[in-house]
Amino acid sequence: MATTSTHYRTMPEGRRSTGWRALWLLALLFTVSTASTAFAASDDFEQGLALLSEKSFSKKGRAIELLVASGHEQVLPLLQTMSAGELYYRKSDDRIVTRRDADTGYEITDAVSGEALGTVGRRDVKKVAINNTLRSQLTQAIAELQLGAADPGIRKTALEAMLSELTADSLPLLEKRRRTEQDDSVIEVLDIAIAVAQLESSERSVRLQALQALEGSLYPSVRNRLVTMTANDADAGVRKAAEKALITIESRVNLFSNLETLFFGVSLGSVLILAAIGLAITFGVMGVINMAHGELIMIGAYTTYVIQLLMPNAIEYSLLVAVPAAFIVSGLVGIAIERGVIRFLYGRPLETLLATFGLSLVLQQAVRSIFSPLNRSVETPQWMSGTWEINAIFSLTLNRLYIIAFCLIVFFLLHLILKRTRLGLEVRAVSQNRQMARAMGVRSQWVDALTFGLGSGIAGVAGVALSQLTNVGPNLGQAYIIDSFMVVVFGGVGNLWGTLVAGLSLGVANKVMEPWAGAVLAKILVLVFIILFIQKRPRGLFPQKGRAAEG
Amino acid sequence: MKMKQLASGIALAMMASASMAADDTIKVGVLHSLSGTMAISETTLKDTMQMLIEEQNKQGGLLGKKLEAVVVDPASNWPLFAEKARELVEKNGVDAIFGCWTSVSRKSVLPVVEELDTVLFYPVQYEGEESSKNVFYTGAAPNQQAIPAVDYLMNELGVERWVLAGTDYVYPRTTNKILEAYLKGKGVADKDIMINYTPFGHSDWQSIVADVKKFGSAGKKTAVVSTINGDANVPFYKELGNQGISAEDIPVVAFSVGEEELSGIDTKPLVGHLAAWNYFMSVDTEANDEFIQAWHAYIGDEKRVTNDPMEAHYIGFKMWVEAVKKAGTTDPAAVQDAIIGVSVPNLTGGYATMAPNHHITKPVLIGEIQDDGQFEVVWSTSGTVLGDAWSDFLPGSKDLIADWRAPLSCGNYNVKTGKCSGQNF
Repeated sequence: MATTSTHYRTMPEGRRSTGWRALWLLALLFTVSTASTAFAASDDFEQGLALLSEKSFSKKGRAIELLVASGHEQVLPLLQTMSAGELYYRKSDDRIVTRRDADTGYEITDAVSGEALGTVGRRDVKKVAINNTLRSQLTQAIAELQLGAADPGIRKTALEAMLSELTADSLPLLEKRRRTEQDDSVIEVLDIAIAVAQLESSERSVRLQALQALEGSLYPSVRNRLVTMTANDADAGVRKAAEKALITIESRVNLFSNLETLFFGVSLGSVLILAAIGLAITFGVMGVINMAHGELIMIGAYTTYVIQLLMPNAIEYSLLVAVPAAFIVSGLVGIAIERGVIRFLYGRPLETLLATFGLSLVLQQAVRSIFSPLNRSVETPQWMSGTWEINAIFSLTLNRLYIIAFCLIVFFLLHLILKRTRLGLEVRAVSQNRQMARAMGVRSQWVDALTFGLGSGIAGVAGVALSQLTNVGPNLGQAYIIDSFMVVVFGGVGNLWGTLVAGLSLGVANKVMEPWAGAVLAKILVLVFIILFIQKRPRGLFPQKGRAAEG
Repeated sequence: MKMKQLASGIALAMMASASMAADDTIKVGVLHSLSGTMAISETTLKDTMQMLIEEQNKQGGLLGKKLEAVVVDPASNWPLFAEKARELVEKNGVDAIFGCWTSVSRKSVLPVVEELDTVLFYPVQYEGEESSKNVFYTGAAPNQQAIPAVDYLMNELGVERWVLAGTDYVYPRTTNKILEAYLKGKGVADKDIMINYTPFGHSDWQSIVADVKKFGSAGKKTAVVSTINGDANVPFYKELGNQGISAEDIPVVAFSVGEEELSGIDTKPLVGHLAAWNYFMSVDTEANDEFIQAWHAYIGDEKRVTNDPMEAHYIGFKMWVEAVKKAGTTDPAAVQDAIIGVSVPNLTGGYATMAPNHHITKPVLIGEIQDDGQFEVVWSTSGTVLGDAWSDFLPGSKDLIADWRAPLSCGNYNVKTGKCSGQNF
């Protein structure tokens, strides 16, 4: 407890050196402070409060230091409000307040005492502005104030943040902590931290030993230290050992960066598959060139937006509702398109192409008129944001993981429908031989409408997934129509497995090429490759065989 | 015979009414896309112009006449911009055009406005390297946006490694060329600059963000200078958030992200990232308050935001009005002479002056994105900065100046050779 406060008080006025900062943090971390000091200095608190209404950010930084040092019980809520950007000051007397919207202007309350101060005009209060420097200072201060019972997760993050600032001075504290620490994951980081601190040691053997311990560590700051060591260390043997450790690290880094590229490729592929799979039904099975396919995706995305508007308090579940809703809405629009336009144009691909292209423009402009040309904001539920951290340099983003899983579910469900249900049987029958199917009593017109509705509904479902990745706006569909056709044609028309393989391989190929060719050239190369491939195998990766192929 | 007389009578009457109308009002052309890709940004500017014209009419119009907005829709189609510009001048007889957003649309309109010798007010930040006799650039040139932003990062945040990320077209390419030359001039090494271009509407940012993350983990403070265009920004920021890069680790300063773009997205992952503009809606001045109130009243929606290009149109329109008053006529040639040196108040508490190079003076503001989709100004230039038509950091243009006052009257005068290349732009 006392250590904390003393450190605050001996702190130089200006910028603290990073070494000092690391030490002080360590002290804080290991003494498990509750941060409320016995000799709370109320003048520090008042001084800090007064500085908050200053315009200069460095003065506000000083204010935060003073506030924390004061140990006043209102500091934590005050800093939290400030960090959330909800702290204001009254222009007339610089009093720090919070505000609420009122009919005319704002209703304000004193931020410390909670005393109501009546209503003021819109221009009478001003925000206590914060910038990035202050924001990180606030986060740090709040975390420290909340440290209390010491959650191992917080300890670990704090240690990781310190890795680049450690010096030989930090060693005793680290070692002391190492003896009492219970949590395995924290111990792991502690060992690395100790080794990093030992790198500064004046004894050659200690440094060599530390290097051995650091071999294979993936923390970027460890790597940066080793790089400086290979150039600067006084001892040739140590330099050599550092180089050796670095080589091990580099090879592991390479391994993980390849894995990362693979993941990116698969996730891009899953997006391609989602966008293309509806088309694989309408184009692949029915042979309809539907240029409005992208707009059906867009309708699905807008359905998500509307669902979120309807249930603003349950964003977490909105996507679960949006998936069936988007399927129904896009499916119905699809059926309407089939009944209204396409059924008159069967067997005339060129006219179908033009008519559906026209439709796509109509749908786009309709969305512009109904929802405005501006992009709409679709929120990402909490459970979909963030990453699954595997190690310091390799982490998978959760939203992409969910989308890969979702894509596979959609694929296998669709596969099941086509192979195992009566509708699927009829769809396959009609697409293989319309006349024969009709002779067997299949209502081919009804099947056409349902098939098109199914394909369109799947497009809508893809729209829900895309709303989590990209803009929801009138142009959403255009961005995916070319890619979708590319995947279906490459995979082989009329083959769902082909679509899956084509989507994944195009995604991975694109991502493998991107680092050295750039995003633009990678796309071009993929297109060129597909053109060449189609020259060689006009029916794609998995051509339909037998009688069905002739139709 | 009777029929013919009647017909000619009607024709005469119609002609008379047409010329009456022409005499009664001063026509102002508004050339912004209302459909297609660019409708997202340009529709707002059309509304702004209509609002400004309505306000001017409430104050008694101009030269005793009413103003009339002639709105056309070039539908985000670049060649159509040129056609519609011609239609505005030749068919509708407008005296000035306010319009264009993308550089390519401006380049498409350029030959037409020069041939017909009218005036065009262009309200968007652009790459510079141009000064036409007929165009007035009320948006920012690179030295009014990009260079000060880089200075801010370098001096205030101590950034040493730079990622220049942009969409693959003329504005980012030119701006990044200027920035690269500028950074190298400041002693930044080649290996500390990473340049990356992506196609329009790029949505899969995983690898690029991972690269940025790797580039930024070398132990030096890193920042991204983004000239990524409109739509592609959202997935970019989302990916940054998802991969756990916050503004405190690697700040992104953007030149194309404004209030309007932010109003369409979930701003949580963007908080703390930066943008450089010459105006923010959050700027606290009387003039800005009035403008925002007028805008809300006109558009009938309290939630609509204002942004930098809107202010540019506000300034451009006020300047044109002043110039017409000064010249006593709306004749474009007279306005072109009269407008140089005209000063009008801007919305951030200063004055904008039209310089002889057809660019204006502007303050430069750096703002941090807040969770309500607004910007908090964290830095600004102490005074205003004059737009530089020809960048001082590109070898091809550092000797060029633009001065449209007599006797020089040249948009690209080479001070070394003492020659005007004769091109109009």
